[in-house]
Amino acid sequence: MVSIIDLLVRAVDDPELPHVTIGDLGMVRSVEIDGRAAHVRLTPTYTGCPATEQIRSDVEAAVVAAGYEPSVEFVMSPPWSTDDITDEGRAKLTAAGIAPPGAAADGPVALDFPVACPHCNSRRTHLTSAFGATACKALHMCEACRQPFESFKAI
Amino acid sequence: MPADLLTHVLRQADRILVLSHRLAEWLTHAPELEEDMALANISLDLLGQARHLYTYAGELEGLGHDEDYFAYFRDAADFRNPLIVEQPNGDFAVTMVRQVLHDHAALLYWESMCSSTDQTLAALAARAVNETRFHLRHSTGWLIRLGDGTDESHRRAQAGLDTMWPFAGELLGADDEDDLRAAGLIGPRFDGGWRAAVGATVVEATLTMPPEPPTRSGGLEGDHSEHLAPMLEVMQDLARAHPGATW
Repeated sequence: MVSIIDLLVRAVDDPELPHVTIGDLGMVRSVEIDGRAAHVRLTPTYTGCPATEQIRSDVEAAVVAAGYEPSVEFVMSPPWSTDDITDEGRAKLTAAGIAPPGAAADGPVALDFPVACPHCNSRRTHLTSAFGATACKALHMCEACRQPFESFKAI
Repeated sequence: MPADLLTHVLRQADRILVLSHRLAEWLTHAPELEEDMALANISLDLLGQARHLYTYAGELEGLGHDEDYFAYFRDAADFRNPLIVEQPNGDFAVTMVRQVLHDHAALLYWESMCSSTDQTLAALAARAVNETRFHLRHSTGWLIRLGDGTDESHRRAQAGLDTMWPFAGELLGADDEDDLRAAGLIGPRFDGGWRAAVGATVVEATLTMPPEPPTRSGGLEGDHSEHLAPMLEVMQDLARAHPGATW
């Protein structure tokens, strides 16, 4: 059974992508309730993601607000992948103008395959920079609707 | 004396942290805005990898040292990074050559560490290997454009390769870690795979591989060039001026 705490933890917004929750991103590995104690296991997205500590305190605050005592642990295994992002998370990213990731590469990175524009859905797009405003995003340009847009890198 | 796992982890963490800082030095100096962001992103990925390794080094050491201790409160002689990452950035071509030499080695390293018998390192490797693929794609793309670009960019790329090449050998691991390899804690040597991969990039960039094998070493034992201490002075200044500060 999914506990209310589980739902509250998964509903915490990502600090750098406020359109999606950490549940949408697949960062919540487990939530265990023992009496009034809530043990939350999260997995970081990028190893150097600067939002990790913010997420920890946001999750702690959500658990405390529900009257439980939080202990938040970051686990590295199994490793996070953009394949962990839920379908709902992908839909929210697209609605926010960020192209969701394709399947994660298990070999040489093939970024050249054109990403669909989140505004007009055209594949007539090109990569302008593999590195964007946050570690998880790349920059693209749509040649159909002439809009620049971001994509979530498949990793 | 054979190196223990703590020494191995510190060598990797120091390599990654020092390179992360060198890349951060490019901020606001890169040739274009997108490159500022790219180098900062790569620097941040590396910093994250180093933090995980330092935290694990503290657990292995068992003296209660945290990541900040290893990064900010050790002197140059305590660092075990390969000499190549502490060398000055030079021009953009020199930096990109170093990234190519480093990223090919880093990818082979992390790929081999995915099957380490050490669960902590294997888990970190599984994350880092994907990040490193993006770094390698960026650095090889630049070196090919520079080498196969104008006469001036070709000249600078070749000069960068000639400058960095003597330091490249230490990227291939240490000779005193065979016990760790035998125990499956770290992967087998990847010298051959690295030479083939670097050679392919150099050929595609229309550059000439220096004929001599790399000669400079000592960083893995703490015997550094004159460039590390001034770099650490900048990197460690704030933490040492205000020990334990938080904000």
